[in-house]
Amino acid sequence: MEAPETTIPHARPAPARPDAIVVGGGLIGLAVAWRAAQRGLHVALVDPEPGSGASHAAAGMLAPATEAHYGEERLLRLNLASARRYPDFVAELEGVSGTPAGYTARGTLAVAFDSGDRAVLADLAAFHQRLGLDSEPLSGRECRSLEPLLSPDVQSGLHVRGDHQIDNRMLVAALLTALTREHVTVHRERVAELLVEHDVAIGVRLADGRTLHADRVVLAAGCQSTSIPGLPPGALPPIRPVKGQILRLSVPASAVPFLGRAVRGVVRGRQVYLVPREHGELVVGATVEEQGFDTQVTAGGVYELLRAAHGLVPDIGELPLTEVRAGLRPGSPDNAPLLGPTALPGLVAATGHFRNGVLLTPITADAIAECLVSGQMPEDAQGFEPQRFGNEPRRFSKKAALA
Amino acid sequence: MPDTFELGGKSFTSRLIMGTGGAPSLSALEDALLASGTQLTTVALRRVTPGTAGSILDLLNTLKIAVLPNTAGCHTAREAVRTARLARDALLTDWVKLEVVADEDTLLPDPVELLDAAQTLVADGFTVLPYTNDDPVLARRLEQAGCAAVMPLGAPIGSGLGIRNPHNLELIVRGAGVPVILDAGIGTASDAALAMELGCSAVLLASAVTRAQEPARMAAAMRHAVTAGRLAHLAGRIPQRFHARASSPGLAESPAF
Repeated sequence: MEAPETTIPHARPAPARPDAIVVGGGLIGLAVAWRAAQRGLHVALVDPEPGSGASHAAAGMLAPATEAHYGEERLLRLNLASARRYPDFVAELEGVSGTPAGYTARGTLAVAFDSGDRAVLADLAAFHQRLGLDSEPLSGRECRSLEPLLSPDVQSGLHVRGDHQIDNRMLVAALLTALTREHVTVHRERVAELLVEHDVAIGVRLADGRTLHADRVVLAAGCQSTSIPGLPPGALPPIRPVKGQILRLSVPASAVPFLGRAVRGVVRGRQVYLVPREHGELVVGATVEEQGFDTQVTAGGVYELLRAAHGLVPDIGELPLTEVRAGLRPGSPDNAPLLGPTALPGLVAATGHFRNGVLLTPITADAIAECLVSGQMPEDAQGFEPQRFGNEPRRFSKKAALA
Repeated sequence: MPDTFELGGKSFTSRLIMGTGGAPSLSALEDALLASGTQLTTVALRRVTPGTAGSILDLLNTLKIAVLPNTAGCHTAREAVRTARLARDALLTDWVKLEVVADEDTLLPDPVELLDAAQTLVADGFTVLPYTNDDPVLARRLEQAGCAAVMPLGAPIGSGLGIRNPHNLELIVRGAGVPVILDAGIGTASDAALAMELGCSAVLLASAVTRAQEPARMAAAMRHAVTAGRLAHLAGRIPQRFHARASSPGLAESPAF
């Protein structure tokens, strides 16, 4: 299938040789391309279907606090830094593209269902307190005064005003529009091979046979990042697909207001979230499964999600179920992204964002654009070098050599 | 002479078997596995797909830790047998941790389905390690069915409630002619030590480590606890007495009575 390429016939035509090629047109790749072009670079982006992968499936939670995990404090700082950039990032993008990006600063309510779940939530509250994050413990009744449709079984909650949402699909559309404004050439084609000459990445060969050369290649291909042919073994640690099944329901006008903010819960030990959209959609997600590149929706996956979501908000049983799908998160060995120069000169990584791809879009884009322009990663994005797993033989990043 | 642990014709120096469920990340799991000193680690075949680069199986392969596939998520003997056979084909091992649960809220073993599945898999040539209730009679039946070990629970999976019925566990150990492995319920190090003191041959645990705030540190604690409990079991504990007995006796004392 040959889709038309985005080109602008007048003013600053795209040169034959771009400064940078971005492989992958999910949110990360699109935003990197946009920011790099704003910095004056000539950028080409390659993706057969931009925004169709994890960026399409995701729920768009911008939730550094409710996603905080023990032992991942460095990632938390990056997540918080990116969340702080969101309002300006969106305002600028909407200004350039003339398209709304669907950002809402409505907060998140985390709730617990049984006494075991309540203990888990109390643990999270204590963790927030130690970290100095703003979150307010609530009783079950206080939760229900915020969200009257919550089940009376809800025992306790945690109100996190700083965890926001964005409509990731609207964000993709806005970024694509911004790319045309910035004269980024979007090649709607698959990358057949990474081109390497004298141990330097020099470009890519597309599935249609064309080759593109550039000084730098940015790898932003999500869960496919380390399965691109031509990538030398050990250039970066393995990125594996982590499957997530996710549902979309629609809230009819008669049922509005349904939920006023994102609600996430631990229901008998299982995590579920419900994210309302301005235009009447309710996103319910998501499973976390290690199933390779499988994107089939399963009865068990949908059942588990609906069971947990129905436990929290019984009234969802009345809503039309409009979409079921599975996406693949790009998982790195330590759940944190790989950002910056790789072991292969010329190849820059912007991948491995796992559960935080949407949230980390602004800071990734800014940092990688800076890296492309100056060769330096900005300070607040340091510590996520692709080579951080080191060369210790036991580290299974070495395993990439065999993969 | 090293205190080795014989299981299914193989010999292990570590008596701690690790599960992998609930790990925050593969890096964290790697650190925990290394800290635990485990030589055998169980993976749910329904939850992983062999052949994915950078997956958990890749990690275990690199660390040279033997993989024990389990049938977690199965509710009937038929499903469990099918899953075990898929595991044998995919992972080239005829060992299986047999798990057939009765319901999702308790995850307790279904004794009838479990015994049926065990008999079928033993006849099929598997080395069967069944996750079972703390029921001495069922343990005996599983041993009679040809299982290579019995693996009673201390408390429900993931509950961290410890060993709720130590007496039953002792009855199982006394009656068993195969290794008894405490499987499920461990919350902290003293639980693992108790299991070993009661005469278990090994301890299998996952959540207590993978969901701890610092998994690697808790894994090290479990390693030491299993060793401590084993040594205490071998050393033979003193009788419990109602009244004190000075540990620095007078001259007159020499016999134990």
